[in-house]
Amino acid sequence: MSINRDTIKKISKLARISVTNDETDRLEKDLNSILKFIEQLNELNTDKIVPIASVSDQALTMNKDEIKKINEKDEILKNAPEKNSNYYIVPKVIE
Amino acid sequence: MTDLAKLTLVESIKHVKEKKCSAAELVGAYVKRIEKSDKLNCFNTKDLDNALSKAKKIDINKKLDKALVGAPIAVKDLFCTKGLKTTASSKILSNFIPTYESTVTEKLWNEDAILIGKLNSDEFAMGSSNETSNFGNVLNPYRLNNAYLVPGGSSGGCASAVAADLTSATVGTDTGGSIRQPAAFTGIVGLKPTYGRCSRWGIVAFASSLDQAGPMTKDVRDAALMLDVISGYDEKDSTSANKPKSSFLNSIKNNVKGLKVGVPKEYRVDNMPKEVDDLWQEGIRILKEGGAIIKDISLPHTKYALPAYYIIAPAEASSNLARYDGVRYGFRAEGKDLTEMYENTRSKGFGAEVKRRIMIGTYVLSSGYYDAYYLKAQKVRNLIKMDFDSAYKDVDVILTPTTPTPAFKFGENADDPIAMYLNDIFTVTANLAGIPAISLPIKYNKDGLPLSLQLFGKSFDEQTLLNTAYSIEQQVNFKSQVKDWWM
Repeated sequence: MSINRDTIKKISKLARISVTNDETDRLEKDLNSILKFIEQLNELNTDKIVPIASVSDQALTMNKDEIKKINEKDEILKNAPEKNSNYYIVPKVIE
Repeated sequence: MTDLAKLTLVESIKHVKEKKCSAAELVGAYVKRIEKSDKLNCFNTKDLDNALSKAKKIDINKKLDKALVGAPIAVKDLFCTKGLKTTASSKILSNFIPTYESTVTEKLWNEDAILIGKLNSDEFAMGSSNETSNFGNVLNPYRLNNAYLVPGGSSGGCASAVAADLTSATVGTDTGGSIRQPAAFTGIVGLKPTYGRCSRWGIVAFASSLDQAGPMTKDVRDAALMLDVISGYDEKDSTSANKPKSSFLNSIKNNVKGLKVGVPKEYRVDNMPKEVDDLWQEGIRILKEGGAIIKDISLPHTKYALPAYYIIAPAEASSNLARYDGVRYGFRAEGKDLTEMYENTRSKGFGAEVKRRIMIGTYVLSSGYYDAYYLKAQKVRNLIKMDFDSAYKDVDVILTPTTPTPAFKFGENADDPIAMYLNDIFTVTANLAGIPAISLPIKYNKDGLPLSLQLFGKSFDEQTLLNTAYSIEQQVNFKSQVKDWWM
């Protein structure tokens, strides 16, 4: 498979990254060379192989059901690019 | 008088405990060097004044019982440090101040180690030369006929800082080789523990099923001590392992008699320089002389590890990095509506390599391509894991070179992402299989650059790995040849 400019525009929309025309040229070249590289995997027959998402063989454990009082609201909000009292401010969503 | 910054971590703590020097003197020795080493660009953030006052507090309190008492430690700028800027070497986090401390660094400070700063790396740990950092290149303390060399990556600032005696030891992160490859390029020890050995909580995530924190140190015993401190179960990371452990440092021994060492033929790649092959033979000879049994083994799916990695790691990264949207923290670029604000923020906030990987990751996870790429890669990952499972029925550890070449010049692989990715060809298998691995400096090549060997171990058997590395270290007696040319 190969990636053309339209696909790059589509992926950039999905990834929420705007790309310029120059960047699209470079990405077309780079992404296709990476795709060619990863498609080496097609040489392998993996029909009977189980996919693994993680190597961890550990079952999930339960944490104690206890209340921890953490109130770092003001500290956390200090990192916000824009805020108003206790809210994050973003560009208007609903007209 | 002893140059305190030249001591190993184990030695310097002994100095403090035996009152041969104060904590303030030890920290002061490193501060003095750091202040003269801006040219190497190891630090994203320094915290020297605070470090000195913490050291003085230790001296006044006279409580010297903790495992890392007084040791000045800078950490990769991927570990969240409460109240101190944590950037992942990215513009998008360039002003982020965490309200919490990562578990691994918390464990360091609980043992009275002293934070002296945050170390440069590739942006979001994506790179093999530290050239993708938003805060500029890190220089390797070793040069090639006065030409600057990369320190490797992504933990390049960590590697140069240890090699240049700007930190007594450090912690890096390793997703595909990011601890071991820079350790190899700078002549230090780098250990990637078993997946789950150390908590990932509070570390800026890259690829969550592969990321693992680990020590980068001046020698093997230092790595054992650091692992003693930073490892352990953490209820805040459900993938951290609940395994009993004893002290790696106290159990370390110089003995490889009867140890079964595998030498995998698939790691003898085309165009491998003769000096690297010779290095490998030398490692085999040293182990044989120590009484180890050398076995030729096969890890047949090795060549598919890097292609599988470049599906899995970008896929996980594209999900993990979705959180950087310019709303709650970090850099924001303006846009006429919410979507445009997201798109502009991420376009201007991420560098080229990070964007490339998010794009690849988004593509392989997108509708219609998931089975062909992501699912396929997960199956290949299992094949690679099974390769190791079957090899470990016959051997205890596996010996390979860490990297196909020594450190290279800036810009050498910058135009071709695949050429850069090939740096990790020997290291990436350990992350996919989750096994521990250590890189150990052995000798210098004819140009005076460090060459290193790598050992793989069985899952949660870091002890055998450390013992083997320690035995080799005792034989080769590798000594730093860093000349302080930048001061």
